[in-house]
Amino acid sequence: MKLIAAMSGGVDSAVAAARAVEAGHEVIGVHLALSSNPQKYRSGARGCCTIEDSHDARRAADVIGIPFYIWDMAEEFHDGVVENFLSEYADGRTPNPCLRCNEKIKFAAVLDRAKGLGFDGVITGHYAQMQETTLGRVMHRAVDPGKDQSYVLAVLNTEQLAGAHFPLGDTVKDNVRIEAKRRGLYVANKPDSHDICFVPSGDNAGWLRDRLGSEVGSIVDEDGKKLGEHKGAYTYTIGQRRGLGITVPAAGGEPRYVLKIEPKTNTVVVGSHEALAVTKIVGDQPIWCGPEPTLNIEYRGFAQVRAHGSPLACKYVQTGTEIKVDLDEPLFGLAAGQGLVIYDGDRVVGSATVARTE
Amino acid sequence: MTIYLDHAATAPINDAAIDALNTQMRKVGNASSVHNPGRAVRKDVEDARHKLSELVGANPSEIIFTGSGTEANNLAIKGFFWQAPKRNVIVTSAFEHHAILDPVQWLVEHEGAEQILIPITKAGVIDLDFLGNIVATRGSDIAVISVMHSNNELGSIQPIAEVVRIAGDIPVHTDAVQSFGKVEFDFAALGVTAATISAHKVGGPLGIATLILQRGLDLTPILHGGGQEREIRSGTLNAPSIVAFAAAAEYAITNMKANFAKIRELRDYFIAGLKSAVSDVSINSILDPALPGIVNATFPGTESDALLLLLDTEGISASAGSACSAGVPRPSHVLVALGLSESDADASLRISIGTTNTKAEIDQVLAVMPSVVERARNAFVVSGLD
Repeated sequence: MKLIAAMSGGVDSAVAAARAVEAGHEVIGVHLALSSNPQKYRSGARGCCTIEDSHDARRAADVIGIPFYIWDMAEEFHDGVVENFLSEYADGRTPNPCLRCNEKIKFAAVLDRAKGLGFDGVITGHYAQMQETTLGRVMHRAVDPGKDQSYVLAVLNTEQLAGAHFPLGDTVKDNVRIEAKRRGLYVANKPDSHDICFVPSGDNAGWLRDRLGSEVGSIVDEDGKKLGEHKGAYTYTIGQRRGLGITVPAAGGEPRYVLKIEPKTNTVVVGSHEALAVTKIVGDQPIWCGPEPTLNIEYRGFAQVRAHGSPLACKYVQTGTEIKVDLDEPLFGLAAGQGLVIYDGDRVVGSATVARTE
Repeated sequence: MTIYLDHAATAPINDAAIDALNTQMRKVGNASSVHNPGRAVRKDVEDARHKLSELVGANPSEIIFTGSGTEANNLAIKGFFWQAPKRNVIVTSAFEHHAILDPVQWLVEHEGAEQILIPITKAGVIDLDFLGNIVATRGSDIAVISVMHSNNELGSIQPIAEVVRIAGDIPVHTDAVQSFGKVEFDFAALGVTAATISAHKVGGPLGIATLILQRGLDLTPILHGGGQEREIRSGTLNAPSIVAFAAAAEYAITNMKANFAKIRELRDYFIAGLKSAVSDVSINSILDPALPGIVNATFPGTESDALLLLLDTEGISASAGSACSAGVPRPSHVLVALGLSESDADASLRISIGTTNTKAEIDQVLAVMPSVVERARNAFVVSGLD
């Protein structure tokens, strides 16, 4: 096959590209420039948008022996990921930009461009496993539970899945590093990237405050009684306990948690841990990452709501426009906007965006 | 198979230069040393300087060797600017190379300079009326005027003698990197104050260039050290590269007329073929008076990086605009200065033909062009949907 290897400059995408070449594919390396001003985004070894990263990617492509190009996806990334991230927070929701990037950039804009140019698909260094079944291609968790990225890939529809290649899903990260060293890839020991690539310094709250303002608002209890003030409701996370700056102690002295963020009134509602409990989750904009579950039939499976969250045993049903989840055990702290991913064992069934909870 | 059509980026080194380089590299001695080996190397350097000066119509003492054309351009722009503390205006054409535009921009940001850009006419040359006006109104503020001898993306030769006439006493620098060795260039006859030429564009090695600077003039250096090169450019003289530069230049000038005719014929053949292969192509490059081998064309509905990738896959090397430090392609400022929209500029390629190209190669390129353009359009339409 003729494949485009998306190369971030990190060890994973380098080894993934090398494996694809070894498997006999015709591979071209592409580094995605996601910022029109690379210094604007994260610097050093932590991110994936720097000049240094593009040089690392180029060097890896040279060592592997494949052509290498830089594709400017800054506009698409800004419109599809950064703007979405901001507007979601402005609406009091908690988005996952990595999900959006996979959905809108890596397996949409890049895959579409690759196909237009006459390529068959896109290789990335993501950790997830593909399986061909009689019902078509399906995606499973990676063998390395610490690195499994099936959660952020659950936004791929069947067509995108068909054009996606993840050569690392069957390998644990430590062995990928050993392999990189064996292959002479000097990024072998490059630290993993963390957090959000377009937030310099990793200070998410500060980054949001710079763009959304820091208007002072109230922190109230569930009865609406004012307990303190904050500088921007969107800098809080549902379930957050520390750093609330509340001077009035709770009657029983128990800790308080962020229960709700109300962007219209710029209010943060806090309360007890019990009040965070959620057993019913409704997600909208469902995407089926393989065969679609039958409408209105209840299935048993697992729900996951964070990239490195635990799978939660549940019943789920899809209604065409929504996925409704009924958890066996309550979950504490879930925000609208988070990605809801449904698993059948280790297989990814699909995903949705958390719309509301009960 | 590689079909190299990017001679304006760098040209293949010629045998005369390789032989000169190899011979000189075996000789020990710093050209500034007083001992016999040093003097011997010095003689080789001065012989080369002499030869080069004759080839460019300058006096040997007017040749200042630098490490690159970029360095020579920086030296000219910053040197003239710092040499005239009461004059803060720098005038350049709008389509200069970044090695001119960026040092000017740096002086604007750090040293209080004011930049005035001369617009480009539809004919691909600077607007002389605009320049005349600026000189008439701001003449006493202008530290230097820098206009390239020929444009690297359009090929158009600029009216430098006119610039010199209009400039009067104001120093005029010309970046002649693309012209030297390909078209007539005579430093003294043009009357410019300074000019830049570079070895690797004329079949010489990389990493050696020259600022030609009129005798008796001083420039504020940007490199300080041993005081070589009239105390204007310090640094141990790169004897092997200097000797090879002179050899390459001699070879290029000796064969210039024959090469010019041959390359121009290939260019015209390519343009005619391109027009029939891709019906809606438009040619941006200037055909006369111009460098012989530059073809700049817009392929509507494509993106240049897709075209370059697909051509590269076919073994064909071309180029487009420039790229930022991270390698992100940018629409060519030259084409934008010519009046193209950003999207048309972004859909354009430069093919630069050189002495090593053949008609058979041009035929092979023309054969794949329709399919390359079609695939680039598919990629553009699809990703354009988002």
